[in-house]
Amino acid sequence: MSCHKLLLSELKLWSSGGSSWISRLRCGGRGKAFSSSSQNVHISIVGGGPAGFYTAQNLIKARQDVEVDIYERLPVPFGLVRFGVAPDHPEVKNVINTFTQTAKHSRCNFYGNVNVGKDVSIEELQQAYHAVILSYGAEGNRSMGVPGEDLAGVYSAKDFVGWYNGQPTCQELSPDLSCETAVILGQGNVALDVARILLSPLDVLKKTDITQPALEALAESHVRRVLIVGRRGPMQIACTIKEIREMVNLPGTRPEMIAADYEGVTEALKDVPRPRKRLTELMLKTAMETPGEKEQERRNNASCSWGFRFFRSPVEVLADTNRNRTAGIRLAVNKLEGSGEAARAALTGEVEDVSCGLVISSIGYKSLPIDPSVPFDFRKAIVPNSMGRVQQAAGIYCSGWVKTGPTGVIATTMNNSFDTARSLVEDIDSGVLDISAGKPGSQSISTLLEKRGVKPVTFSDWEKIDNVEMKRGEASGKPREKILTVEEMLRVART
Amino acid sequence: MALVTALKRLAHVRFGHYSLRTATAASGSYRTVQRSLTIGTQPLRSDNKVTVHFFNRDGEKITVKGPPGDSLLDVVINEDLDFDGFGACEGTLACSTCHLVFDEEVYKKLGPITDEEMDMLDLAYGLTDTSRLGCQICLTKSLEGMEVRVPESVADIRQSKDGSS
Ligand SMILES: Cc1cc2nc3c(=O)[nH]c(=O)nc-3n(C[C@H](O)[C@H](O)[C@H](O)COP(=O)(O)OP(=O)(O)OC[C@H]3O[C@@H](n4cnc5c(N)ncnc54)[C@H](O)[C@@H]3O)c2cc1C
Ligand SMILES: NC(=O)c1ccc[n+]([C@@H]2O[C@H](COP(=O)([O-])OP(=O)(O)OC[C@H]3O[C@@H](n4cnc5c(N)ncnc54)[C@H](OP(=O)(O)O)[C@@H]3O)[C@@H](O)[C@H]2O)c1
Ligand code: FES
Repeated sequence: MSCHKLLLSELKLWSSGGSSWISRLRCGGRGKAFSSSSQNVHISIVGGGPAGFYTAQNLIKARQDVEVDIYERLPVPFGLVRFGVAPDHPEVKNVINTFTQTAKHSRCNFYGNVNVGKDVSIEELQQAYHAVILSYGAEGNRSMGVPGEDLAGVYSAKDFVGWYNGQPTCQELSPDLSCETAVILGQGNVALDVARILLSPLDVLKKTDITQPALEALAESHVRRVLIVGRRGPMQIACTIKEIREMVNLPGTRPEMIAADYEGVTEALKDVPRPRKRLTELMLKTAMETPGEKEQERRNNASCSWGFRFFRSPVEVLADTNRNRTAGIRLAVNKLEGSGEAARAALTGEVEDVSCGLVISSIGYKSLPIDPSVPFDFRKAIVPNSMGRVQQAAGIYCSGWVKTGPTGVIATTMNNSFDTARSLVEDIDSGVLDISAGKPGSQSISTLLEKRGVKPVTFSDWEKIDNVEMKRGEASGKPREKILTVEEMLRVART
Repeated sequence: MALVTALKRLAHVRFGHYSLRTATAASGSYRTVQRSLTIGTQPLRSDNKVTVHFFNRDGEKITVKGPPGDSLLDVVINEDLDFDGFGACEGTLACSTCHLVFDEEVYKKLGPITDEEMDMLDLAYGLTDTSRLGCQICLTKSLEGMEVRVPESVADIRQSKDGSS
C-alpha cells in the first residue's frame, strides 16, 4: 500500500513527448497493478483518437484519484493520426509517442475493438463510471447533394484518404485512376493532401506508410492534372500555407492557375492578418510572377499539373455516354457577396463544364449521433455542449471533433480536449459531478462485454500489431506496412 | 512477468527519447553532439550554461539553465518544465505548440527565421510580432538571462464566446 502511495505521488505524466522516461523508471513495470480502486473517480472515454488521449492525459495529471478507460471501436488506437494524417507527413505522427505514454500510465487503460453504442451502450457506461467523455470524432462526411454523385469515379475524400491510409472499411474502394484529369471539390487541407498523394512521385510515397495496394494503384495511375475547386475566392481559401508550399514545390508538377481569379487581391491584402497575408502572397507569386530560369525549366519538364479553381460550386456530375461513369462536372460560377473571411458565394446563373474522370468531394467530415440517449445537434452535426459539458446530460462530456465540428489541426483538438478535462475537474471540485458513490469502472463493463462475446484489445495487444506492422514495413523499406483488415489485426493481437 | 513489462516499457520510452533526439538533430546535428559532451563533463561546463527565465501560462517565473546549442524545446524537456501540450511534434516543425513570445530586443538577437518556421508559426494561437517556435531557437551565450513567455491558448476565449463549442 505504501508503495502505491509512492507511485501515486511520484508519477508525473508528461505533456511533451519522449520526456517521461525518468519518471517512468520509478514506477518499474508494476504500474497497472493498482488500477481499479473503488475509491477512485472512474471516467470512461469513447474514442481513442487525439481528443481521447489528450483528455485522458489532462485528467490523469489533474487529479491523482482519477482512473481513465478509453474505449475504441477499432483494434488499433490513434484515430485520424493513423487513418487521416497523410503518409508523407510522418513528423505529425510524433504525437503518438505522447499518446503511448498516456496509454501506459498506471491509471489509464485502453480497450480497443469495443464499438460503443453497439457492444455497450452509453447508459451502461454511465452506470459503471462517474463520467463519460465522448470523443468519437467525425466519421461521416458532408455530401454535395448534387445529381450524379453516385456515379462510378466519384469518391468522398474521407473514403479516398481511408483507402490510402489503410482504414479497414475503405479497402474495397479501389478507385479508378485511369483518367487524366481529377477534380477535387473543396480547398481545405484534406483536399491538398489528396492532391499531393495523387501527384507525388512514387519514389517519395514508397518510403512512407501508405498501404501497398494504394501504392500499386498509384503506380498505375494516369492522373496527370488535378484541379482543386472552391466555391469562394483566393482570400477565403481554407487550407494552410505549409500545404500550399508543398504543392508549389512538388517535384514533377507545375502550377496551373488563372490570373483573373486574383484580380483586386493585392489591394485587399493590406489590412489582413499576417497568416492570411503570407498565404495569399504565396498564391499570388505562384500564379502571377514570371518564374526564374531554373523554376521555368522545372515547370517545363513537369509531366503533371495542379491548380486552384475559384468561385465554383458543383451542380452536377456528368456521366459518359453509357451513363455509368464520370465524364465531367458542371460547376456553377459564383460571385462573392461581402468580403474577408465571412464573404459568401452567390450564384451568377452561369455554369461551366469541366471534363474529368475522377471527382473527389472534400467538403468536410461530419459527426454522427452515437446513441439515442445522447443529445445531438443535427444542424451543426455536433454534440451540443458548453465548454465540453453536454447539454442536458449530467455526467456526459465531449471533446475533439464531436465537440467542435470537423475543423482544426491536432493542436486545436489538444486545446479543446484540455478545456473539457478542465471543465470536468471543475465539476468534481464544485460537487456538480457526484463522485460520492463508488463505481465499478471497467470491471462491470468487462463482464458485460464477455457475455456479449466481445474481446477487447488491450494496449499491449496493440503493441503486438504495431511490432508486426513495423517489421513488415522494414522488409520493404517503409516505416510500417499497415494491416488492412480487422480480422487480421485481431489475429495478430491474440498471438 | 513484471520484469518483462518493465523492460518493454523502458525500451519504448527510450525509443521515444531517441526519436526526439533524432528529430531535433535534423535541424542541427551539432546539438546532439553537444549534448553527449555535456553529459560527460557536467561540472566543467555548468558555468557555460545559459540562464533562461520562462513565464508560464499563469505568469509564474521559472528560471533554468541550458547548455549553448540546445533548443528551447530541449530546455523545456530536460528541465521537466510542465507546459501543457508543449512540443507535440517533438521539434519537427509540424505543430506550433512550442510557440513562445520574446521581448523585442531578445527577438532581434534570435537569428533569421525560415519560411518553414513562419508557415507553422502562422497557425499558432495568439501570434505576435515577436513570436517564435521554441524548437527552432538555439541557446547562445548572447541570450544569457533572456525572458520567454509561454502564451495562453486562445481556444478557451473563442469557445466561451459562441457557447456551443
Ligand atoms: C485527412 C485528414 C488529415 C489530417 N492531417 C492533419 C495533419 O497533418 N496535422 C494536423 O495537425 N491535423 C491533421 N488533421 C486533423 C486531426 O486529425 C484532427 O484534429 C484530430 O484527429 C481530431 O481528433 P478526434 O479525436 O476528435 O477524432 P478522431 O481522430 O477521428 O478520433 C476518433 C476516434 O473515435 C473512434 N470511434 C468512433 N466511433 C466510435 C464508437 N462508436 N465507439 C468507440 N470508438 C469510436 C474512432 O475509431 C477514432 O479512433 C487531419 C484530419 C484529416 C481528416
Ligand atoms: N496538414 C494539416 O495540417 C492538415 C491536413 C488535413 C486536415 N487538416 C485539418 O483538418 C480539418 C478538416 O479539413 P477539411 O479539409 O476537411 O475541412 P476544411 O478546412 O473545413 O475545408 C472544407 C472545404 O470544403 C468547402 N466546402 C464546405 N462545404 C461546401 C459546400 N457545401 N459546397 C462547396 N464547398 C464546400 C469549404 O469551402 P468554404 O471555405 O467556402 O466553406 C472548404 O474549402 C481542417 O481544420 C484542416 O486544417 C490539417
Ligand atoms: S515542437 Fe512542433 S513545431 Fe516546434
